Amino acid sequence: MKDIFRGELVRITNEEPDVVAKASVRWQLDSEYGRLLDSESIHLFSEKAIKNWIEKNSESIKPERYQFSVRTLAEDKLIGFFGLYVELIHSEAWVGIGIGERDFWSKGYGTDMMNVCLRYAFLELGVQRVSLGLHEYNPRALRSYEKAGFKLEGRTRKDVLREGKRTDTFWMGILRDEWMAQNGAAL
Amino acid sequence: MFDIQTQLFEGQDIRFGPIDHEKDAEIESKWTHDSDFMRMMEVAPARPLSAALVKKQYEKLEKQMDEDKNLFYFTIRAREDDHLVGRAAVQWIEWANGNGFLRIGIGSAEDRGKGYGTQALQMLLRFAFAELNLFRVSAIVPEYNTAAIALLKKFGFVQEVCRRKSLERDGHRWDLYVFGLLKDEWLYQAEA
Amino acid sequence: MNEILKGKFVRLSAYDPKEMSNAFSRWNRNSEYIRLLNSSMGPLQSPKRAEKWMDEEVGEMSPASYYFTIRTLEDDKLIGELGLDVVDWSGRDAFVGLGIGETEYWSKGYGTDIMNVLLQFAFMEVNLRRVTLTVFEYNPRAIRSYEKAGFRHEGRLRQLLNKEGKRWDMFYMGILREEWLERNTVQG
Repeated sequence: MKDIFRGELVRITNEEPDVVAKASVRWQLDSEYGRLLDSESIHLFSEKAIKNWIEKNSESIKPERYQFSVRTLAEDKLIGFFGLYVELIHSEAWVGIGIGERDFWSKGYGTDMMNVCLRYAFLELGVQRVSLGLHEYNPRALRSYEKAGFKLEGRTRKDVLREGKRTDTFWMGILRDEWMAQNGAAL
Repeated sequence: MFDIQTQLFEGQDIRFGPIDHEKDAEIESKWTHDSDFMRMMEVAPARPLSAALVKKQYEKLEKQMDEDKNLFYFTIRAREDDHLVGRAAVQWIEWANGNGFLRIGIGSAEDRGKGYGTQALQMLLRFAFAELNLFRVSAIVPEYNTAAIALLKKFGFVQEVCRRKSLERDGHRWDLYVFGLLKDEWLYQAEA
Repeated sequence: MNEILKGKFVRLSAYDPKEMSNAFSRWNRNSEYIRLLNSSMGPLQSPKRAEKWMDEEVGEMSPASYYFTIRTLEDDKLIGELGLDVVDWSGRDAFVGLGIGETEYWSKGYGTDIMNVLLQFAFMEVNLRRVTLTVFEYNPRAIRSYEKAGFRHEGRLRQLLNKEGKRWDMFYMGILREEWLERNTVQG
């Protein structure tokens, strides 16, 4: 069986809370990063608050939540994260993914991370579909997710208001059969 | 013309009201034993709830309304005899973006087909746009809920997203639709 | 949509801690009932104590656990209880436990009917792939009932139980989604 924690450029890890908190408190200062990631108004949290939140969420193993940190294979640098929230009854996983280190944007790391993520979701968690939402103003992510096999399923119109401008949220999904067909050779 | 004298909580045959912790729980408990109703309303597996558990849910709802301030929950009652007919809510409100999600359910079969759903949606939309000042509202409906889809379309909702095969029930995977209505699209409907 | 929660003789209804704790305390005084249900004897609980335990367990409302009471369709009588617990989400397997506390409803086909309703719920609403149960060697009535509902024998824990000076096995039985679908034509 292939190593499910490794991609071409990155590997996924579980880090100590203070390691993740230290990186996160720095990443959040880049407001573009925050605004690409979330729809809710962005905010700045203390390292302590972030650490507490991480610890609280890792207290017990929950079958619906999987949170990973991402490190580069080349320099073992912590560059981002992804999380999977599984709707257990309907076997659907929602992805949240981000690269906090700006230097690693637009270099294929995002696509590689998503490939690792989908592999984990379909081959380890065995889900029937993976879903995500992204901002209309994030064309880089749209290209990356399309490459990974996601199909655009619609857009909720004008549901985000930022800088006085209303933008849409795009919604994408990939079904198990679709991913298997695309990645059959890699199994 | 809408002004503050227009009653937000009074419809033609129904009214919105608060939760009656004592009386409503028994009635709602009965609704939860109707698997057809539950499967229309909920994505989660249909499961019958005791009145005690319904009461606990009421407490959670009121706590959320109080603390998170992103939910407005109403009971729907018949004006004629004040009996509990259903529930209506604006939830998952994102104030900065001006969004909210709508939910309406008419609990017992005898109360359906009387236009209560239409009236409730009308009132809920007015509340969302004219009182909460939301910019848009959304609703999520499984593809098999044709009655809800028809009602939303009647009010001008646009089907914006088709989440393919997101829901599994009766051995079949169903699509989930997301509908949206912008404030500008909201048709001011005169009281019938 | 198929009507779930209803069978031919019974329906699944809400688990009300107060009502159940009273019934429970009554049924538990029947030592035959407890010995069929549990591998080891616990203390006889007062209704108040039982109610508190049920409140916590049932009130949790997790997607992994479902508790029901069983009522007759004929006269809405509370005759037993049922629990379904998902143990493994990747395998989509759940354990089922059921007990008919009112002994006059034994050996009348109620057990099989309850299990049929439960299996429809498990496969068509919780979307599981298999359902597992354990049953004691000295409970032939239940074993027969589960076989009729489609469960197959999968193994046994030898000499697990020690009752009345004799050792008995505990059987594992299971039914797969495909097997259940084959036995049941689904409408819709």
